[in-house]
Amino acid sequence: MGKPTKVTNAIRTLRFTHNEMTQAELADRIGVTRQTIIAIEQGRYSPSLEMAFQIARAFGVPLDDVFQYPEDAGQTA
Amino acid sequence: MSFEEKVAWAYPIVLLITAGIYAAHVFGQLPEVPVTEIAYVRPMIMALVITVVAMVIAAILAAMSAPSEADKKDERDVNINRHGDAVAGNVLGVATLLPLGLTMAEFDYFWIANSIYLACIVSGVVSSIVKIVAYRRGF
Repeated sequence: MGKPTKVTNAIRTLRFTHNEMTQAELADRIGVTRQTIIAIEQGRYSPSLEMAFQIARAFGVPLDDVFQYPEDAGQTA
Repeated sequence: MSFEEKVAWAYPIVLLITAGIYAAHVFGQLPEVPVTEIAYVRPMIMALVITVVAMVIAAILAAMSAPSEADKKDERDVNINRHGDAVAGNVLGVATLLPLGLTMAEFDYFWIANSIYLACIVSGVVSSIVKIVAYRRGF
């Protein structure tokens, strides 16, 4: 089984550039479990649009800076 | 491991233990006692009640192991629960064909009741396995 989502993210990098924010701190800020943050970071869970915006807001950056969708993702031959 | 995942692990373990003890007690009588005389109703009710009580205890233990996470349930937990329950619903739908067939073939109540119990156990175990896989491998 491959990764369940093609959406990639820069959460890990953003956490480190924001005073080395821990996964637990980010989880507390957006009201989810630490395991959910871990799953999102590792590409094992694709968050809802609302949670994605909450994560972006926690870092004070646009959504595109947190989540990326590769050019060839979702295309059919 | 989140509280919800711990509960997902506990459920099939509890189900299989209680169902295993029930099956050993009731089906162990088959070689010696005619089916119509096997007292299965009380053991089955006891197995169901013990399952519920054991799950409550398991949930309490899971909460005690990490009190700060005990009341936390987010959208991922909800989605995984929904996914597991949807698959379990399909399994239950197919599994109920067995008691339906047994009823149509006019089998004894013993077999019909136990096949319904089996369908519930299979559905419950599948539900938990789907949830555990979703938690571990992604969803």
